[in-house]
Amino acid sequence: MEIDPFIFRLSIFILSIFIGYYVVWSVTPSLHTPLMSVTNAISSVIIVGAIIAALAGESGNIFDTANIFGFLAIILAAVNIFGGFLVTQRMLAMYKKKKKDKK
Amino acid sequence: MISANLLAIFYLISGVLFILALRGLSSPETSRQGNLFGIIGMAIAISITIFSVGNFSTGFLYLMILILIGGSMGTFIALKIPMTAMPELVAGFHSLVGLAAVFVAVSAFLNPEVFNLGSSGNIKIASLIEMSLGAAIGAITFTGSVIAFLKLRGIMSGSPITFFGQHYLNLALGLFLLGLIFYLCKTQVDTWFWTIIIISFLLGVLLIIPIGGADMPVVISMLNSYSGWAAAGIGFTLENTALIITGALVGSSGAILSYIMCKGMNRSFFNVILGGWGATDQSSSSKSKEQKPVKSGNADDAAFLMKNASSVIIVPGYGMAVAQAQHALREMVDVLKKNGVKVSYAIHPVAGRMPGHMNVLLAEANVPYDEVFELEEINNDFANCDVAYVIGANDVTNPVAKSDPQSPIYGMPILDVEKSKSVLFVKRSLSPGYAGIDNDLFYRDNTLMLFADAKKMTEEIIKSL
Repeated sequence: MEIDPFIFRLSIFILSIFIGYYVVWSVTPSLHTPLMSVTNAISSVIIVGAIIAALAGESGNIFDTANIFGFLAIILAAVNIFGGFLVTQRMLAMYKKKKKDKK
Repeated sequence: MISANLLAIFYLISGVLFILALRGLSSPETSRQGNLFGIIGMAIAISITIFSVGNFSTGFLYLMILILIGGSMGTFIALKIPMTAMPELVAGFHSLVGLAAVFVAVSAFLNPEVFNLGSSGNIKIASLIEMSLGAAIGAITFTGSVIAFLKLRGIMSGSPITFFGQHYLNLALGLFLLGLIFYLCKTQVDTWFWTIIIISFLLGVLLIIPIGGADMPVVISMLNSYSGWAAAGIGFTLENTALIITGALVGSSGAILSYIMCKGMNRSFFNVILGGWGATDQSSSSKSKEQKPVKSGNADDAAFLMKNASSVIIVPGYGMAVAQAQHALREMVDVLKKNGVKVSYAIHPVAGRMPGHMNVLLAEANVPYDEVFELEEINNDFANCDVAYVIGANDVTNPVAKSDPQSPIYGMPILDVEKSKSVLFVKRSLSPGYAGIDNDLFYRDNTLMLFADAKKMTEEIIKSL
């Protein structure tokens, strides 16, 4: 009997939760705010679904209701991607070690 | 066109890069590289998707324009936002992810052929369940984050809004949602789908309004987690590995942060979620409102104490963020260091309005991160320190948490500020903190209250130093 592909995706999902669990516990508490902003940025990978939805059935009519929802989702996700990664970078750039001459 | 297998492999690469992005955050040195991995992962996912759709005509043009519009809005916000506003920014961004998840789910529901989910009115049951779950969680994330945003921004009062039977109403709505999903699968009638989304929007509002301002660290982490699960739900619908991996990562990340925040307050997750904590305690605080002697001082006294100390520990809290006092604080520390005083910073897990809030503000003021310590790292040092400078923190220093089993914060891990030789407590008045509990520390012999705005007081101290 063949295994339903859903089971494979479920396996990926469960294993990823475990990876997330161990990786996030190793994040230093002082970086918890950047952690939130970067997880927010990467969860905007949902834009992938939005792109497929927006460009679907293009030969016919790209201004179907379904496409328009896709386009709207693209804008929202794009705000998040750029905003999320940039703000993370801005924060991370501020974390500095003690200067050597002060020691 | 790219083959489905190759496409899946690229999505897997994105997923791995996202894992590395989080992994990088284990130390500030590797974190910037981690962020770069994240950006590359995102670029790969987006470009490969565009290639796979493979139609570079009008739609593609619109796509680019929209990414450009969204991207420049995001860039503008990211560059302009002050660091003190980070909690509301993150809440706002969560709401966008939630709404995007809803939109993608709606699009997939209206046009299932595109995603190979069957045909309209005859969608595969599994896909239907996944997409309604994704849409429902996305909708809850959206309205919940909007409420959190309004509360953090101060547009809406931070005090909990509770009414009779609230929790039962939420429970009923939750069960109703499950019933709707069941009926949707059975009948494939689109009215059910829209009802699911509307009920979820409503539920998002109802879930967040009873939660008070100082519990926001938990709420933000929780919404962070929800946005992940929503993405994962959509990932299952679209059979997309990158989305499934990312959703799981973000979901567990938010869950862990919520757990850490709850532990920092010694409260169970459900206790926070069910809310209404601040409301119940106001009565108990008014009962014990007797006048006790308080020693108060001015900037000169504080400057004198600190200048003659050999070590000072600074305890920042939300009040520092409100007063934007972090830069003045750093200047004060610089002067102290010149006088040979050893200075370190102690941060409680729930200080501020989101996890790590204080660390970011101190980093912004150029405080080196190796001078900033977490509760467990520094708590023993208070006994050997001459002066503890408490600026904008309150409940997290309250010794009642250790001594009085009646107190609502009993058992909460606190910074042992009272063990230091003297305590300087910057606060605008004697009013109790968020938890509505009087702080014992105010009345101790070794405490000197500095009644003023955190920033003004710090600046005055610099002057008299």
